[in-house]
Amino acid sequence: MASHLPKRDLEKVGMGVTGACVVLVTLVVCALIFMVAQKGLSSFFKDGVDVVGFFTGTAWDLHNTDANGMPFTGALPLIVTSFAVMVLSTAIALPIAIGSAIFAVEIQPKFGQKVFQPLIELLVGIPSVVFGLIGFYVIVGAMKAIFHVPTGLGILPGSLVLAIMILPTITTLAIDALRAVPDSYRQGSLALGYTRWQTIWHVVLRSAAPSLMTAVILGMTRAFGETLAVRMVIGGIETMPNGLLDAASTITTTLTTSMAVYADGSVQNDVLWSLALMLMGMSLIFILIIHLIGKKGGDRA
Amino acid sequence: MSSIEASQTAQAASLQTAAAEARRAKHIERAGAQDRIATFVLTAIVAFVMLLVVSMVAYILYQGIGMLFHPGFLTEASRANGTQGGVAYQLFDSFYMLFLTLVISVPISLGGAVFLVEYAPDGPITKIASTAIETLSSLPSIVVGMFGFLVFSVNLGWKYSIISGAVALTMFNIPILVRVIQQALEDVPQSQRDACLAMGLTRWEATIHVLIPAAMPAIVTGIVLSAGRVFGEAAALLFTSGMSSPVRLNFLSLNFSSPTCAWNVFRPGESLAVHIYKIYGEGSPQAQEIVWGTAALLMVCVLMFNIAARVVGKMLAKRMTAE
Repeated sequence: MASHLPKRDLEKVGMGVTGACVVLVTLVVCALIFMVAQKGLSSFFKDGVDVVGFFTGTAWDLHNTDANGMPFTGALPLIVTSFAVMVLSTAIALPIAIGSAIFAVEIQPKFGQKVFQPLIELLVGIPSVVFGLIGFYVIVGAMKAIFHVPTGLGILPGSLVLAIMILPTITTLAIDALRAVPDSYRQGSLALGYTRWQTIWHVVLRSAAPSLMTAVILGMTRAFGETLAVRMVIGGIETMPNGLLDAASTITTTLTTSMAVYADGSVQNDVLWSLALMLMGMSLIFILIIHLIGKKGGDRA
Repeated sequence: MSSIEASQTAQAASLQTAAAEARRAKHIERAGAQDRIATFVLTAIVAFVMLLVVSMVAYILYQGIGMLFHPGFLTEASRANGTQGGVAYQLFDSFYMLFLTLVISVPISLGGAVFLVEYAPDGPITKIASTAIETLSSLPSIVVGMFGFLVFSVNLGWKYSIISGAVALTMFNIPILVRVIQQALEDVPQSQRDACLAMGLTRWEATIHVLIPAAMPAIVTGIVLSAGRVFGEAAALLFTSGMSSPVRLNFLSLNFSSPTCAWNVFRPGESLAVHIYKIYGEGSPQAQEIVWGTAALLMVCVLMFNIAARVVGKMLAKRMTAE
């Protein structure tokens, strides 16, 4: 059909069809952001949930209500747990990911490309419930045996599971970042008498730093938003955690357990949307940071 | 007098050079040692990571592979809320939802990627679009699931259904696919584009007849790999496709509005991953066997997607270059 059209019209059809796809996706994303924001804010504006109390209160209980008939909506325990899990898992995964990326690019490039990278990509493909399952049976069991705690659930096993999950994200991006460093930098450094490690430490890592930062932040984004694997090992109790092996609950895991329980439009449901809004806000902030890093790196180059 | 002084100075100087020499030797030695230690540590890290991956995969397969050959596990419906019987319906639902997801997401992603790579006028609209896609890719899947629940299940009245799940998965899949296809198109040499345009082809014709075929191996590899990701996704499905399959499904029925018709997209469905989440905490040994069997089944499927992606991509590439 299209081939009978004059060329200029054909070009317009092509641009229209493909443009429509882009517009559709953009509109859906805008609708998503708008709806989550609207639902999330309605708890504060419509139901009169205290904003300050939401961010600083430590009592979270949607099931019971206080004297005014409002559920307890202090989300600080969830926020603290979410951040604790994110920071801890990144701290565990970071040295391992960067180290293996360095090995796969600088020390054994051929092995890195042919063997190591496919293996790491396999890790990306493992579903998060399977990570959770292994965490539930192996890591939680190990926690019980090592630290002699009754349940073994908590922030530490959650972070360990997450660390394994974000490991491939950071590693593959770090590998790309290191590969993008021009070879002439390495040769120049080696010609000056630097050893390989000095070259890696002072030259390669230094010049790949912005991209490595981006890799780490994308890993953190994934850790912050991951749901089911964490849910299976963290215990799911919405109180302020007293330690790393104390059952806790993150923002995402609370959503998983409570979302289907409360009817659309109820205070409880709206408060859960406020949590979702916070998750969305965090990922927007992460994207912003990545853009800022990209801009800064671009300016320097 | 002066000769003694001179010899003393000479002696001091030579001592100084010797000391400097020694310092330098020490420095080089230290740098060399650091280099060796670093290499050792890095090697150890990689060995650890590889051991971790291999042992994880092996552990899952070891725990669950026996169940896969258990008669009825792959062919029977689940009973007693999933703690007995097989996972036949979950397996079917997983593939059915994957199929629907790909049917919706591949054309949209292809169009979007072509626009961004080939047309994309420099300007605010393109910038907004690529930022939107980036945003979608970094949103937690639970948020996508909640949005799907609100819009499709509640507002559109689709309730817990296969189609709600497939649309939620589409939103999760599109950013992945767009990026892969974009990459594939960008990797086609600029000279091919120039040649097409020089021959008088429009950009649309060039894209359809030259660029997409040239990028096809990478596109197919990307689609199959993304299919593996979609296949294991659960968080976005909890509130959209639901956590249960009908007790009885009729695969021969063509009455698409019947709740027992397997092909009815408005019936609830449960993927393998959701099934694991639903019953992982059940204590009975039978349920545990089913959980591990399901995990092994998921792993086998993901491995197959991985292998298929590579094989098909290579085959297509070979066919294209051999001609």
